[in-house]
Amino acid sequence: MIKVENLTKQFKKFTAVDNISFSVKRGEIFAFLGPNGAGKSTTIKMLTTLLTPTSGEIVLNGFNIKEHKDDVRKSLGIVFQDPSLDDDLTALENMELHAALYQVDRQHRKERIQMLMEFVELWDRRKSLVKTFSGGMKRRLEIARGLLHHPKILFLDEPSLGLDPQTRKHLWSYIVKTNKAEGMTVFMTTHYMEEAEKIADRIAVIDHGKIIALGTAKELEKKTKQNSLEEAFLELTGYEIREEEATGLDRLRQRRQMWKRH
Amino acid sequence: METIYTLWKRQLVKYLRSKSRIIGSLAQPLLFLVAFGFGFGSIYQRAGEGNYIQFLAPGIILMSVLFTAIFSGIDLIWDRQFGFLKETLVAPVPRLYIMLGKTLGGATVASIQGVVVFLLTLAIGFRPENWLMLPVALFFVVLVATIFTSLGIAIASLLEDMQGFQLIMNFLVMPITFLSGAFFPLDGLPKFMEILVKIDPLSYGVDAVRFSLTGISEFSLSTDLLVLGTLTALLLFLGSQFFERVQV
Repeated sequence: MIKVENLTKQFKKFTAVDNISFSVKRGEIFAFLGPNGAGKSTTIKMLTTLLTPTSGEIVLNGFNIKEHKDDVRKSLGIVFQDPSLDDDLTALENMELHAALYQVDRQHRKERIQMLMEFVELWDRRKSLVKTFSGGMKRRLEIARGLLHHPKILFLDEPSLGLDPQTRKHLWSYIVKTNKAEGMTVFMTTHYMEEAEKIADRIAVIDHGKIIALGTAKELEKKTKQNSLEEAFLELTGYEIREEEATGLDRLRQRRQMWKRH
Repeated sequence: METIYTLWKRQLVKYLRSKSRIIGSLAQPLLFLVAFGFGFGSIYQRAGEGNYIQFLAPGIILMSVLFTAIFSGIDLIWDRQFGFLKETLVAPVPRLYIMLGKTLGGATVASIQGVVVFLLTLAIGFRPENWLMLPVALFFVVLVATIFTSLGIAIASLLEDMQGFQLIMNFLVMPITFLSGAFFPLDGLPKFMEILVKIDPLSYGVDAVRFSLTGISEFSLSTDLLVLGTLTALLLFLGSQFFERVQV
């Protein structure tokens, strides 16, 4: 379903992703783990057509990403790390906008939207502006939106970041249910090791732009002779704390948060 | 097509929903109308030029179209910051449609703003000479709105955050406003000023609308149309080119 060969992304002199190859089978849940700045987000951006690779091939749902961008895009559902909803629109308007962008069949649009919003328990709040939603509600809405156009592959970039355990549990149950029911492939990144351990069929560990281990949680534990995925992960990537440089966007976000507080 | 329409509608819905923004954006033209209109009115009359409000009103209308249009375009930076831009960029639609939807939406909002300020000028005492020319004036308002929304989008495509905002205000929006002939007639200007005014694209919008509403004109309507028509095409092209290169 996902086939990546010799994928590389260079920013000026810095190599964010260094010649990685892997593949994900149809219906599989695949987790991508790595410390901050390891190249996870860059990889996800390339897989979701947001960023053009420096070199290498990506084939998603049978379509080469270079030649059939729109076919690829139609096959993907994406839940980004940061919210990507329009805060000034209502929940329902956000869903309708997505349906229009993905040309979801008009006849089934209404039912599908209602079904998914009930699924994530937001149908009662459909007429509320998204800016009145909590982080967890926004994330649920994004999941519903990501599933709206029947994607073949769902990308989840740290979907459980900042959510309480209840919301996290719900969220994963939606995803696993859809994965089972529709045979949808799931590609996720997360910092919560126990989530990856419980949910993912296979796990890739990436560090310094390279995949350093790939297998089931059990295989990774065996390989590193550790008892849990977390320990295996630390063994593989080392104990040093990674720093990420703030981009202009991060700075802007920080400032906005400062305004909000006052 | 549905993409363009949907994104156009989004701009409109957001505008109509932000009551504070609408009221705020009317305060400034009102202030200019009152302060300049009545402040300079008697001097203008003594210089034998007639009623200053009649002269000033079209300029103020265009000024507020310019502001609204540029900022509708620049709010692309917020789309990027709130992450909504990503949602549109990964959708299976050409970027050109996204850009056109946003531009047309912004241009519509700016044109509505122009109409509202026109109503405001009526309240202050402005009277069009020929009501039948209103559609012509509106046509030029729409052109100006499109030009500057595209310009806003082009600029926003190059900026990562709002850091450069003051720069744009002081080196772009303000000069375009004050050198457009919105506030003063061209005759008797020093040569360099005359050149600056003639370089300023807004001058042609002001001139066209002023001619349509009051019959006062510096250039000819066909010159205005030629300049603004060319610029509309050019900036739509530039805006879409820059937007094409946006990475998030």
